[in-house]
Amino acid sequence: MLDPGPTGRFGEFGGRFVPEALVPACLELEAAFASAWADEAFQARRSGLLASYAGRPTPVTECRRLSDRLGVRVLLKREDLAHTGSHKINNVIGQALLAERMGKRRLIAETGAGQHGVATATAAALLGLDCTVFMGEVDVERQALNVFRMRLLGAEVRPVGSGSRTLKDAVNEALRDWVATVGTTHYCLGSVMGPHPYPYMVRQFQRVIGDEARAQCRALLGGSDPDVVVACVGGGSNAAGTFAGFVDTSARLVGVEAAGGAALGNGVPGVVHGMRSMFLQDEEGQILEAQSISAGLDYPGIGPEHAFLAASGRASYFSVGDAEVLDAFKLLAATEGILSALEPAHALAWVARAAQDGGIEAGSTVLVTLSGRGDKDVAQVMDLLG
Amino acid sequence: MSAPGAPVRPGGPGAAGAAAAGTLASVPRRPDAQGRLEARLRERREAGRKLVVPYLTGGLGDDWLEVLRAVAAAGADAIEVGIPFSDPMMDGPTIQEASRRALEAGATPLGILGALAAAEVEVPVAVMTYYNIVARAGERRMAGALASAGVAASILPDLPLEECGPWVAAADEAGVENVLLAAPTTSEERLAAICARSRGFVYAVGLLGVTGERRHLASSAREMAARCKAATDLPVLVGVGISDADQARTVCADADGVVVGSALVRRLLAGAGPEGAAAFVGELRAALDAG
Repeated sequence: MLDPGPTGRFGEFGGRFVPEALVPACLELEAAFASAWADEAFQARRSGLLASYAGRPTPVTECRRLSDRLGVRVLLKREDLAHTGSHKINNVIGQALLAERMGKRRLIAETGAGQHGVATATAAALLGLDCTVFMGEVDVERQALNVFRMRLLGAEVRPVGSGSRTLKDAVNEALRDWVATVGTTHYCLGSVMGPHPYPYMVRQFQRVIGDEARAQCRALLGGSDPDVVVACVGGGSNAAGTFAGFVDTSARLVGVEAAGGAALGNGVPGVVHGMRSMFLQDEEGQILEAQSISAGLDYPGIGPEHAFLAASGRASYFSVGDAEVLDAFKLLAATEGILSALEPAHALAWVARAAQDGGIEAGSTVLVTLSGRGDKDVAQVMDLLG
Repeated sequence: MSAPGAPVRPGGPGAAGAAAAGTLASVPRRPDAQGRLEARLRERREAGRKLVVPYLTGGLGDDWLEVLRAVAAAGADAIEVGIPFSDPMMDGPTIQEASRRALEAGATPLGILGALAAAEVEVPVAVMTYYNIVARAGERRMAGALASAGVAASILPDLPLEECGPWVAAADEAGVENVLLAAPTTSEERLAAICARSRGFVYAVGLLGVTGERRHLASSAREMAARCKAATDLPVLVGVGISDADQARTVCADADGVVVGSALVRRLLAGAGPEGAAAFVGELRAALDAG
């Protein structure tokens, strides 16, 4: 995929729309990332931690019973098996090492479902850094277990009571903290969003998903690539990391949004949280609240590179509703013995629908990134299914 | 809403002007002619006066236009009017709350501008809002709407120098002065470029942080004022964290004046009304006039 260059542009999307106080920090981060990414010692330390601590490479699992059911061959990239239970650890290890390299001893992070918060708290504990996680009050309530996990890991969790009290408000509050603490604090942003260099940097830290999966698929498929590569999209980090491994193959790339948070499906261009991208907003430019059963996709925007991939036609984006997601969640559990997080259950729900309605040709091979495990969602699913 | 089953494709690739966007080279030079806000502030400064610019949130309370007139009469040299935004990331709890209340009461950008057009205050007004409000309307349309409403200037805290090209091009054409902000983290090199492009005045952010009152004046406030004064002949106003008359007087040892937001808005949220607002601005005026 693209190197967005010093202006952080993916076509018309991206950029660095932050208060002047943060511009120097973004420039410093951009330079630090470029130097670290080119530094063999940094890369060796990062790969070492990804292997010995985070459990990489994660496997690709062939889903025989699910495939029989759907009539397409489904492969899962198992990010649910990474340490902390989701792909978020890939990015966080990279950024925590970078913070250390920049001499910043405090990490702040936003979190929706809590997975990125848990991952950041984990990396902070591992490297002995201070950590504060901002989380909307609504999410604090529906993800109580992850709040407790973060506190066990030594992080301070600050509930955010402003606005819709979900992920977008947690981002606002993290940015407000960063404006005041930028000299000593690194903002460990959890997705391919925000001001440059975050969308690019986070995708590079997540591309391990796609790079591994491509080699694993080729081994499984006798040297070929899958026909379709699918991932769920909130901000879009697991999808960006997955697509990075396949963008130069002939595989069709599909991102799946939550129907209540479909920034590409229902949004229009805007500039929020440091980036020009697609956002759910009203006629006046007020940002709307996303609505989804999955806290991790409850975000009214999307990473700028996804807006670009959609505009250029290289990737296509669809949305699925809560009911289909619950069906997919149950289907994977019953056929493969895997409890998916609700976020990647969106990707599975689209595959189930498309396999039925001809959206995917029968007999195709489909790689789905299972971005996280479902333990955090089991109580919520129990309530929903009664 | 896209048809079910159909993929979505926003815009199209390679939108116009994308190549240069986000660079200093994409920012048009400042026009030579002084705008109305700058002219007024210079004139007042040359008369030996320190400048007071109160901020109030547009649409906050039914009587916000009366508040505007009252603070104008109480000695404001210009007035900053906020167009509320759903996600005000540079604002602390006071202005967040004011924005929330104004939006809940139905405030809209065009509604506020319409009211300003009819208000006929003689003191120059600068609109403060976030860039998405401008981007959603479109740069040219918003610049035209500001000019028709008699608004002299704009302040967009999330639109930094390198990204401001499309907006300042439209604002310059419409005769709207776009004020740029400088922060304590700004390098000397950036400060020079900011001062060279700012119109109306230079907004020196007095501390690292979001808007809101502070018990003590940050040491960075006077430093910022002095740094900006050394870099430009434009009026230099310090804002963010200026909480009372004492702090305003202290910072004006270096600055040409102050922007005072949260301290006024807190009083308005508590029901001070036009009289209370005028009394507070009067206090600031008296303290600065006493020197």
